Amino acid sequence: MNVPVDNYLALAAVLFAIGTFGVLLRRNVIVILMSIELMLNAVNVTFVALAFRAGTIDGQVIVFFVMTVAAAEVAVGLAIILANFAQRRTVYVDEVGLLRW
Amino acid sequence: MILFWIVAIISVASALTVVLHRNPVYSALALVVALFQVAVVFVVMQAHLIALLQVIVYAGAIVVLFLFVIMLLSLEPDVPRPGRYGMRAGAITLAAFLGIELAAAALASQPSPDTLLPPDYGSTKQVAERLFTTHLLPFELTSVLLLAAVIGAVVLARRRA
Amino acid sequence: MDVIIVVAKALVALVICLQVTVLLLWVERKGSALIQDRVGANRANLFGGLLPFNLGIVNTFIADPVKLFHKEDIVPAEADQFLHWLAPWLAVFPLFLTFAVIPFGDVLVLGGREINLQAVELGGGLLFVLAMVSLGVYGVIVGGWASNSRYALLGGVRGSAQMVSYEVGMGLALVSVALTYGTLDLQTINREQGALMWGFLPAWGVFYQPIAFVLFFIAGMAESKRAPFDLPEAESELVAGFQTEYSGSKMSMFMMADFIEVAIVAALVTTLFFGGWQIPYLQRDGFHFPGGFGFAVPSLAVTVLQIVSFLVKLFVFCWFQILIRWSLPRLRYDQLMSLGWKRLLPVALANVVVTAVLVLALEGWTT
Repeated sequence: MNVPVDNYLALAAVLFAIGTFGVLLRRNVIVILMSIELMLNAVNVTFVALAFRAGTIDGQVIVFFVMTVAAAEVAVGLAIILANFAQRRTVYVDEVGLLRW
Repeated sequence: MILFWIVAIISVASALTVVLHRNPVYSALALVVALFQVAVVFVVMQAHLIALLQVIVYAGAIVVLFLFVIMLLSLEPDVPRPGRYGMRAGAITLAAFLGIELAAAALASQPSPDTLLPPDYGSTKQVAERLFTTHLLPFELTSVLLLAAVIGAVVLARRRA
Repeated sequence: MDVIIVVAKALVALVICLQVTVLLLWVERKGSALIQDRVGANRANLFGGLLPFNLGIVNTFIADPVKLFHKEDIVPAEADQFLHWLAPWLAVFPLFLTFAVIPFGDVLVLGGREINLQAVELGGGLLFVLAMVSLGVYGVIVGGWASNSRYALLGGVRGSAQMVSYEVGMGLALVSVALTYGTLDLQTINREQGALMWGFLPAWGVFYQPIAFVLFFIAGMAESKRAPFDLPEAESELVAGFQTEYSGSKMSMFMMADFIEVAIVAALVTTLFFGGWQIPYLQRDGFHFPGGFGFAVPSLAVTVLQIVSFLVKLFVFCWFQILIRWSLPRLRYDQLMSLGWKRLLPVALANVVVTAVLVLALEGWTT
């Protein structure tokens, strides 16, 4: 079967760019976290596509680790957001600027 | 090839919804759609175990966590702040350049000769074999990392009386 | 030709799923009446009552669905319209998919080709089941959130937290099953239960993994939010939990989701622990009793017998769940969560470790 690996790599690149766009653009920190997840998924697609092209399985093992670390990061990130919300009652990143001079 | 275009259109559309929609609940649901498309890509690339894990971990747990937090905080749809056009233009430009450059790099690379895949490529057995022999140390470290993350999340999210 | 076969198998799985659900509705009504020493639905009948007794069939199969689908669909004004419409579909869709990987028979020998009686032959079937169960949470969350009402939100948050907690226990029970059989494929697990232990005992999963059976059954009932774990939809406390603001056909979809989950838990329990479509001592060519004698049975009859056996076992476990629902009092929410995390999870973990050690000790180290 001919799988257009290059096209999928390009799709991953586009998803990564959209994720970056989201991180830079949005004020809502939860949406920023979701954009980071999008970027991580794009990276996963790249790994799997390249592993497919090379015929090795190591790419998929790395994706396994990336998924696990992403899950851990989301859990801690959301806990931080909850703690922050308890203090400042806001989820918008531009209203949490008290540490800046 | 048709499958590629279907997956590409749906995943880009849902990714844009995640990034642009005002209501965070809709963003989370669009993220689920995007994650499903990524799982489809994994299946196409013969990564069956990883595709199932993607659905279980990402779509079934992480986004549920997002929705929990959104519901707990009772978030209203975002109110856009006027102004800051320079920031937006910069973000769009940067993201566009990044995307175009990476995509061009991907499409311009020399197609390597088709390597013959081993028969049970992407099966649980193969991934597990590699995971427990070559990559055993990262595996154990990841479990410690997960433990640390669980403890950290519980401690951080507790309400201090 | 292959496409036609796959489509036919998928249709059969879908028909089994839907018919079992509809039958379960009737069994629940009349069965609960039997348990509670009352009559149950017996009013509606056609043609003015031909029989001296009324089994409530017209009531359950005709009157109720017609009533439900013709009721006015009320959506609260402040609710999110799109999400309110989406939630019932999200609740039902993964459950239909789960039935695709459950094997309902061995092989059907038709015109020289062996058709494996499993709609989708997935190497990682067990993981697929787990994935679909994880997706079932979305119906609850979105339903609770979209209704924009206090009861619904509370029910939704409680329900989804409960489902997520018991997924962990369920997953670990499934891990020990996968360890025992060395495979994730449901049809292979089913086939391996046809062997005989010590020459006469059918090697069903419940003999290998009794603790995992109990854990999986409890976790499965908690996942489907059925009593005694039905606090998210507790009628006396939360009106109807996350289903409060739903009426008419949307509510019927939520109810259908409830019964489909009963059927799924029963189907999984039979497949993993009770031999699925296996009839003891029945091989593909006939009966082989342990005494030494046996008699041949034509392969088509064997297939039919095995499908019937699967359906019978499915109904036994559905009835068992209905029995438990109407016998046990409801668990309080903190009792529910502590059962899931403090009692189910350590037992499941210990079960996995013990199973792993036993598998290693009995089968040696093979790479």
